[in-house]
Amino acid sequence: MTTTHPLSRRLILQAGAASAVLGAPGLLLAQPAPVKVGLVHPVSGFLAYNGGQARMGAQMAIDEVNAAGGIKSMGGAKLEALLGDSQSRPEVGVSEVERMQQDGVSAYLGCFASGIALPATQAAAKYNTPFLIDVGASDLIVNRGLKNVFRLKPGFGKCVDDAVVALGEINKGGGGAAKTAVLVHEESEFGSGTAKLLAAKLPGINIQPLETIKHANPTRDFSNIALRIKGIKPDLVIMSNYQNEYVLLARTLMQQKVDVAAMFSVLGGGFNYKLIKEQPDVAQYMMDFNHWFNPKSAKAMALKKQVEAKGGLFTFEIYLSYNCIMLYADALQRAGTNDKQKVIDALASSTWSPDVMPYGPTKFVNGQNEGARGALLQASKTDIDVVWPNDFASAKPIFPRPKMS
Amino acid sequence: MDATIIGAAAINGLLLGGIYTLVASGLTLIYGVLHIINFAHGSLLMLAMFGVYYLLTLLGIDPYLSIFIMVPAMFALGYLLYKGLIGRLSSGKDENILLVTLGLSILIENLALMFFKGDSRTILVSYSDTMVEVGPAFVPLPKLISFGVAMALCAALGLFMQRTDIGRAIRAVAKERVGARLVGIDVDQIFAISYGIGLATLGAAACLMMPIFYVSPTVGHVFVLVAFTVVVLGGMGSFLGAVVGGLIIGLTESFGGLFLGESMGQIGISLIFILILLFRPSGLFGSKT
Repeated sequence: MTTTHPLSRRLILQAGAASAVLGAPGLLLAQPAPVKVGLVHPVSGFLAYNGGQARMGAQMAIDEVNAAGGIKSMGGAKLEALLGDSQSRPEVGVSEVERMQQDGVSAYLGCFASGIALPATQAAAKYNTPFLIDVGASDLIVNRGLKNVFRLKPGFGKCVDDAVVALGEINKGGGGAAKTAVLVHEESEFGSGTAKLLAAKLPGINIQPLETIKHANPTRDFSNIALRIKGIKPDLVIMSNYQNEYVLLARTLMQQKVDVAAMFSVLGGGFNYKLIKEQPDVAQYMMDFNHWFNPKSAKAMALKKQVEAKGGLFTFEIYLSYNCIMLYADALQRAGTNDKQKVIDALASSTWSPDVMPYGPTKFVNGQNEGARGALLQASKTDIDVVWPNDFASAKPIFPRPKMS
Repeated sequence: MDATIIGAAAINGLLLGGIYTLVASGLTLIYGVLHIINFAHGSLLMLAMFGVYYLLTLLGIDPYLSIFIMVPAMFALGYLLYKGLIGRLSSGKDENILLVTLGLSILIENLALMFFKGDSRTILVSYSDTMVEVGPAFVPLPKLISFGVAMALCAALGLFMQRTDIGRAIRAVAKERVGARLVGIDVDQIFAISYGIGLATLGAAACLMMPIFYVSPTVGHVFVLVAFTVVVLGGMGSFLGAVVGGLIIGLTESFGGLFLGESMGQIGISLIFILILLFRPSGLFGSKT
């Protein structure tokens, strides 16, 4: 085609001039582009409750940062949440990561479940995008040598170590009532990994793991597991599973009157205010080693009020993901840019202190915050108390628990 | 493993099977008559369970009493769904009905997700944790009631099919659609009634399951695959098949879990399924056509 259309060239030039004129006021006002944060959470599927809570925490933090004027060192740039649903499935988590990459995210926050976090962080590593881990417990997440992954909260290795110390102290305080245990865990990375570590560490505090029972997600009925446990007669049942199965199992054990010194969980997926609200008899006396806010922090109490005012429950997913956003905002502030490598460097050198948690200043070693720790909690029919460590405790532990039969 | 544990596992298996039978009975009826797998079965069960949940939490109606509300309501829903949507969109072709029910299930599930949010909810009633001693086992009262009602329901449905005019009409349409039309049976009406009855059983199932289980937008998936297995195992279109199939699957799952561990135990269901299909492809009580 050799004929040119002078009209169309003119049109292009005119259009260009027009857009320059129209765009100029925008340039003059120069609102900095928002920093996009991709939230990858399971808001449908069997992890839907937890995913929804985590998303809520992240959004609360983003709103707070924006209300305070955004990232000052970036000219007041606001944070913008891109919402992703991993549907409780790893492959969908990965496709959400890829989708958000197309949408130009500067960072990811996710994924609640270790099984989803593992492939999702790997996908993000291809683009060197910082990935903040809100809840995933598996230590595999941080020891694969991926430089873009940062986990503010403790992994299951540290949690098991601390849980075992706590259990040892409580057992001593209760006259050494517990000598044997049965471990029940869900079959994916989180449950299997936690149970394996527990089985190795329990003998160190003179508790013998008699059996480890694995179950699927979902499990419709725990009667047989309860039967097996009844037949074995352990002093402790130690569980690591997700929301629905945790509640079903605990309920079944109670119905079957399986007498134990304690129903103890490490990172119990269903141990929260929801359990107390819906099943107070089941919740009573249960113990869980988990993430908990600093009960002495005014900021934490204010957040709790804010969530409860909206009719929600202040579960750990909320404040863990809230902290991740605040950590990221702090890194953006120090880096002065959302350039991925610069933010990664800022995160790696972060000393930000999450006042909401009983952590102290952050110190990342290979992406894991060494300053993080959990607490041992015990439920009553109406509330959850911290029973260990002593510097944060709000109540004394009841151990062994009263008999059910 | 002593005898009391095995005995208790058998009882647990039978009770679990009762629940599967309940969910499968509607499915087998719909297949028997309409010759399609109702892909919306799981999400409709979920909807019914939410109905029971809200009847209790908003109006204070006990789940067992709400059977009298849920069963007619679900029947009406099924009838209207068929007349208004499924029957119209499918123009009588079996493959189309299949696709329409699949589309319906996706729609219902995501609408539920939108309105009810993703979390699972449980209910607590005064008898939730009442335990009854049945031989060597401690059984929660709701499970026992669920089993009893499931068996009674299947018996009632079986009698309905044998002794009433509508039941005879349904069986006629199931056996020979054209012939039934020729003797003056309104086939479309029968389709709609059958779909309605299928959903009515879900209404009953929901009332019996809520005290035992939990409800969330995806709870349908948890039961519906097993229900499909029961239907194929028992023979599509056979109520007796649904009962026997349900009990076999319940027992298999229970013993599989006991001996192989809860994770591996699920294999038992698939193994039995394969074995029965190898030696009796139409299912235990299915017709050979």
